[in-house]
Amino acid sequence: MVVMKMKFPFQKRVKLAQGLWLLSWCATVAGATTFTLGCLLKTELRRRAEVMANTDIHIVPNTLMIVGLASLGINYFASKICQDALDAGRFPRWKNFLKPYFAVSCFFTVLMLLAIIMSYAMKGSLESSLKAGLRNGIRFYKDTDTPGRCFQKQNIDRLQMEFQCCGNNDFRDWFEVQWISNRYLDFSSTEVKNRIKSNVDGRYLVDGVPFSCCNPSSPRPCIQYRLTNNSAHYNYDYQTEELNIYLRGCREALVNYYMGLMNTIGAGVLSIFLLQGSVLVSLRFLQTAMEAVAGKENTEIETEGYLLEKGVKETVMEYLDPVLTFLLLKNKVEEGTAGETTTAPA
Amino acid sequence: MAVLKVKFTKTRRDKLAQILWILNWISVVTGIILFSLGLFLKVELKKREELMAEKDIQYVPNMLIAVGLIACAINFLGGKICYDCVDSTKFLRWKLIMLPYIVCTFFFTLCVLVGALMCYSMHWELEEALDLGLMQAMRFYKDTDMPGRCFLKHTVDTLQIQFQCCGNSGYKDWFQIQWISNRYLDMSKKEVVDRLRSNVEGKYLMDGVPFSCCNINSPRPCIQQQITNNSAHFNYEHQTEDQNLWMKGCRQALLEYYTHIMQSIGLTVLITWLFELSVLTGVRYLQTSLENVLRQGDPDSESDGWLLENSLMETARIIKSLGKSNQINTANNGDPNIDVPSTSKAHYGPDNVPPKEKMETS
Repeated sequence: MVVMKMKFPFQKRVKLAQGLWLLSWCATVAGATTFTLGCLLKTELRRRAEVMANTDIHIVPNTLMIVGLASLGINYFASKICQDALDAGRFPRWKNFLKPYFAVSCFFTVLMLLAIIMSYAMKGSLESSLKAGLRNGIRFYKDTDTPGRCFQKQNIDRLQMEFQCCGNNDFRDWFEVQWISNRYLDFSSTEVKNRIKSNVDGRYLVDGVPFSCCNPSSPRPCIQYRLTNNSAHYNYDYQTEELNIYLRGCREALVNYYMGLMNTIGAGVLSIFLLQGSVLVSLRFLQTAMEAVAGKENTEIETEGYLLEKGVKETVMEYLDPVLTFLLLKNKVEEGTAGETTTAPA
Repeated sequence: MAVLKVKFTKTRRDKLAQILWILNWISVVTGIILFSLGLFLKVELKKREELMAEKDIQYVPNMLIAVGLIACAINFLGGKICYDCVDSTKFLRWKLIMLPYIVCTFFFTLCVLVGALMCYSMHWELEEALDLGLMQAMRFYKDTDMPGRCFLKHTVDTLQIQFQCCGNSGYKDWFQIQWISNRYLDMSKKEVVDRLRSNVEGKYLMDGVPFSCCNINSPRPCIQQQITNNSAHFNYEHQTEDQNLWMKGCRQALLEYYTHIMQSIGLTVLITWLFELSVLTGVRYLQTSLENVLRQGDPDSESDGWLLENSLMETARIIKSLGKSNQINTANNGDPNIDVPSTSKAHYGPDNVPPKEKMETS
């Protein structure tokens, strides 16, 4: 049973070929756009690579770039095929090419859709990567003399000022970390000695934050130290004070930023996916309609075009069979050699 | 004796007209570029107008905008003229307009040159405006409760963060200003009262700077308070410490930023001026060669083109005498019917008395 049969008189075939040629050039531009969007996303992710613990999220822009390049090739061939389609002399040379071409094109088009789904599904992975990365960044903030970590202070300061955020979940993360290096602590002072003694791990913890957490929109000069001590500052109540330092956590700020970026890109890629799909469907109809004309003397007869000759399941099995036999054959050969080696010494 | 005479065959004239048509359209594009550069400069100056005192520096971008628009109009007209000049019959339409057009365009190119020079001269006025403006802004830094000044703190902080600068000439400017409002000073504390009393004007001055002066590249947490007091901080010497705060003054930072923009714009305007001048020269040659063709009568013949018909001195003299003939006309009240002989005397006899009167007396 044929899937989606449609009648195609000669004029309709001609119009289909012309429309398809135009559509395939639009789809080529769209493919280049997809590649560019992938590059953009990758650049943005790499800019903040120091606060990301792993690069799992990079699979999204990588997929977009691969799909973009592939669609350039797919649409180039689509335009060539539809140019030759109406010429009965030139069309037959594409006969053997078309079956693998459709398989590959469908694979890459589905990959495009997968990339969009992944960009939403990987939010959790991005969040946990940022959580770990920011935690490390805050822990190594003070190690400006340790090679490999000396730029963490700069990165975290710049990040907090640019994204208007403070700490990992919020500013209290700075209270749990020693962010002032021992090099700048006067160990002869009693205050410093007491503070270090009162901590289990011997760390110098303060209820203060770095200057990069300060909010320029605050009406009063920034209060960075003794944040929880209301009596240390005049006319200050730390529970109600919300303009003094940034209250948002950097993880939340970064996740929002990247999800916003991926949503915008995802919307664009979805429309490109629909365009690409329509190119492939039209090309399939044109191919089947022209195949019915082959060999006939009168090329202007009405023919039928269809999407799939057999049902969906049968077509899928037909395509997967060579792949499976290739894999199974490989397994059979491996089993055979393993059996030989075991039987040989016996 | 013409200035820079060149012979033009018919094909050469046609080619010149076509090339000039294209060049005029390119000049329209450069006019649009000038217009957008002027607009960009205007926006950039307006963005920081809170930090600039009331000096009239808007005249530079305004002039660039005007010059850009006029350039578009003039070159659009020039394009039309050159397009029609290929055909000598159509040239007759423009014959009378062409010389005034060339003169106007010449004065316009002078305006373009003046605009370019203004870009470079704006430097000094801008420096003065920035100096006064920044001083005022720093003085009103603490007045976040006064309407009209409540955003100056935010503006100055974001400026210092963005341009990586501190204070007007340097960070020491903050030591001379009370930048902490009295609203946040505990007047019951002895230390505060002492400090206020020790100052002549009753200002709360301290050797501290706002957080926006902090240098991101410093290896140690930022030291904002008691900057000049070496013993207040461990392992700290304020004379040798140059990574703690931004060392550059904001006036210098802003000036460098704007000078960079002005230099790029000035260079673009100079290049545009040279381009306009060359287009003008081409149009002048085209005009003179076509006029000579008309004078000769044969549209396909060779003709001469030149910049000036007579030498420079003679042209100056002709222009002067044109001015003089205007003066003569004013003597008889501009009435052309009265014939005033300028040099000759009337020949009425030895006494210069008209004979008719003599007969009457006798």
